Amino acid sequence: MFKYFPHTADDIQQMLDVIGVRSLDDLYAEIPEEIKFKGELNIPSEKSEEEVRSIIQGLAAQNKPLVCFAGAGSYDHYTPSVVPFLGSRSEFSTSYTPYQAEISQGTLQYIFEYQTLMADLTGMDISNASMYDGTTATAEAMMMCVAAAKKRNRVLISETVQPSVLAVCRTYAKFHGVDLVEVPEKDGLMDKVAATTLIEKDDVAGLIVAQPNRYGLIEDFSGLADTCHSHKALLAINTMASALAVLRTPGEWGADIACGDAQSLGIPMGYGGPYIGYLCTKEALVRKMPGRLVGATTDSEGRRTFVLTMQAREQHIRREKATSNICTAQGFMCLYVACYLSLMGPKGMKEVNEQSYASAHYLHDALLKTGKFEEVFGAPFLNEFTLRVKGDASHLREALAEEGYLLGVPTLFKENCLTIASTERRSKQEIDNMVKLIQTIAL
Amino acid sequence: MNNTYYGKLIFELSRPGRVGYSLPKCECEGYSLGDLGQEALRQTETILPECDELTVVRHYTNMSNNNFGVDTGFYPLGSCTMKYNPKLNEELAALPGFNQHPVTPAKFAQGSLKLYDEVQKTLAEIAGLSRFTLNPYAGAHGELTGLMVIRSYHMSRGDSARTKIIVPDSAHGTNPASAAVCGLQIVEVKSTADGTVDIEDLKPLLGPDIAGMMMTNPNTLGLFETKIPEIAKLVHECGGLMYYDGANLNPMLGVCRPGDMGFDVMHINLHKTFSTPHGGGGPGSGPVGVRKGLEQFLPNPQVVAKDFKDSKDFKDLKVYELHCDDESLGYVSFFLGNFAIIVRAYAYLLSLGKENIPTAGKLSVLNANYIKESLRSHYKLPIDTVCKHEFVFDGLLEEYGGDHHSPDHVTTLDVAKRLLDYGFHAPTIYFPLLFHEALMIEPTETESKETLDDFIAVMKRIAEEAKANPEMVKTAPHDTPVRRMDDVKAVKEPKFTFKAL
Repeated sequence: MFKYFPHTADDIQQMLDVIGVRSLDDLYAEIPEEIKFKGELNIPSEKSEEEVRSIIQGLAAQNKPLVCFAGAGSYDHYTPSVVPFLGSRSEFSTSYTPYQAEISQGTLQYIFEYQTLMADLTGMDISNASMYDGTTATAEAMMMCVAAAKKRNRVLISETVQPSVLAVCRTYAKFHGVDLVEVPEKDGLMDKVAATTLIEKDDVAGLIVAQPNRYGLIEDFSGLADTCHSHKALLAINTMASALAVLRTPGEWGADIACGDAQSLGIPMGYGGPYIGYLCTKEALVRKMPGRLVGATTDSEGRRTFVLTMQAREQHIRREKATSNICTAQGFMCLYVACYLSLMGPKGMKEVNEQSYASAHYLHDALLKTGKFEEVFGAPFLNEFTLRVKGDASHLREALAEEGYLLGVPTLFKENCLTIASTERRSKQEIDNMVKLIQTIAL
Repeated sequence: MNNTYYGKLIFELSRPGRVGYSLPKCECEGYSLGDLGQEALRQTETILPECDELTVVRHYTNMSNNNFGVDTGFYPLGSCTMKYNPKLNEELAALPGFNQHPVTPAKFAQGSLKLYDEVQKTLAEIAGLSRFTLNPYAGAHGELTGLMVIRSYHMSRGDSARTKIIVPDSAHGTNPASAAVCGLQIVEVKSTADGTVDIEDLKPLLGPDIAGMMMTNPNTLGLFETKIPEIAKLVHECGGLMYYDGANLNPMLGVCRPGDMGFDVMHINLHKTFSTPHGGGGPGSGPVGVRKGLEQFLPNPQVVAKDFKDSKDFKDLKVYELHCDDESLGYVSFFLGNFAIIVRAYAYLLSLGKENIPTAGKLSVLNANYIKESLRSHYKLPIDTVCKHEFVFDGLLEEYGGDHHSPDHVTTLDVAKRLLDYGFHAPTIYFPLLFHEALMIEPTETESKETLDDFIAVMKRIAEEAKANPEMVKTAPHDTPVRRMDDVKAVKEPKFTFKAL
């Protein structure tokens, strides 16, 4: 007997009798003998609850916690305790996709709230009910551009999007048959002249850009949407979600698609997942948007209710005609985002960004003052920036990790550069302590 | 679940001036966002709600009472393997030691990397394959990744002609969709009257343009494809690879492994077979496994175990590293997938161990056959044979109002909705597409005989109701927090945000 199996020997016998077979093994009688597994699985033996806890706690203890000054798509923001608490409601977590709307209003309603919140943050009309993460959400945006354009197969992507986003878009493009062309950077920002030249060839389905970009820099997209639209290309902007509360929104830049990762909205860094990708667009493009969608309607007694809707767009209906295969995404994380934003409100989101801005700028200036770093780019930034170490950056990063600090990520293709982030969770004291330590490390 | 409806949206509970958070005072003075300049900043105010903490807690707690989960009651949703989600797994996934930034140097994340490697090794043994990646986020993501592996394999041999993939007509809808996204053309193979793949229909499809074939076994009718050795041989002879959709792996645990059936690539849904919660539509996890010789094509990064330098003194001690392979299909995710889901699956694998994992599958098959045999007196059983973890009825028998030629017959949708009144979740309905009134039932091994007996009694009662008082069944549900939805209105007057209401 085992705690997750309720069957007694009597139960099993009575059930076998009803079925009319003699043993559990007889239920598999039709399987050809030559492919049956006959030995014993070479995996660990069963463990008691205390043993399992002890093994997994032991593994967690082998990890060393580091004070986090890294970003690149994952940020160490504060999560109010209410968020994981409400996330432990198993009426939410142990349910399936809300196909039976009459007994799934909880899930449907928080997804509707999530859609409202993300559409508002991005300045777009609508949001879907989540994607896997920011990288795949952007790859879906790429395929959406191609699906919307019908006869165009080329998508431009700025070299300044996060390296992880670029890597995943390249994979999807290679197999989906998208001609993905990278727009070069200039001084850490997308080269707008190069982008315009490419768009003017009138064979581009869409352009994907990032704000803030992979170096943490804030780009200027003035005129970009007009250039795209006058050549029938869509504009997609990838943004770290927390920044949407204070930076000019994708909608305000005139974008057609907003996409990215919403991990920064109350979701723990969790060694990379689960996070939540978001994808928002304009009403005119709703039928080209992948993923599930919750809409408002009424029940037979006229009450306002919510349902999964526009399912004719979805992969399980379209089958071989599908332009996306997304079905189950990260629905539960919509609850995290909705709870987080409900607690933070407009004031909290401004404060988080003000504090992240202040601590990142304080850190930036303090690092320069040590004399061991130098500026690489001149453009303004929000809470992430890139500096060059006057010496061996990986040595410095490793030495700091030994002392308990995670200083940024190595900047791809920029020798001895680190891209460093801070949030409202980093105190002045933590920054001062680390900077003091850096002064003692020989480069 | 209660039957009171809490229908307010969080935006309707907002009052200007309330907050639900607290932050320390910022000590890094002298910096202001305003320095970025108006051009860079948001031009409009957000509509984020302004709420105190209790308002938020009560709002979402009440909403949870409008929801039905596995913890609420029996959830016989076919193809979804709604087994119990153990609470220990939740506790361990939330350990602070796992909450690291993904760029943490491998040296300081050895525990997480070891856990990842242990799960991939265990899955490989259970599947009879060589190696798994745990990076894909969901079943469909795993399918796409697995098909990318197949295409990468053909491309590595310089064979670019293999652009087609064979998919049975009974396949999950994601199979053709994933193939289309992967740039493959779908060729459908028909099923025979007994519900399995028609080999005579398959043979003429095989040729030098076939990249492979996707199958799930048992298939979506819950039937084991007994001709699988011959199918695999035929597909391999034509140069294609065999893909196993692991959505239906549960009944096969420890009995018959996909690798031994002849499959080369597969995905597993950790949220089905290995007990991680479905979360109302994710996050799931869709690990992809491959047979020997295909490992290099798996997505980057991979976790690899290496012997510790001084292995004389530290026998069996391993060091875990991240590895990127030049032959890899590329990246499909931000990092190592839904890591916290992988922790839950590890806790489950350790709890069950080699002793109990094979029992899980057998008991799920026992439960399914028990329901099938108990209800065939009232519901149409189109294929009469021993099923595996699930089976499909084609609606009510004619004498119970199920004659779908009659205009006022009681449909599968009606039966599903009436079940909600009795405190059960509905089975999967109108899938697979092979039958008119498909009602696909999958009880899992974690359900007791008493639960099944209650379900059987209610299903029979609904059949009697359909005969005696069809109108009552056709207007169900009656006792749920809300009643039948106007789905047409949702499409005709689309409203996707609070602003649009």
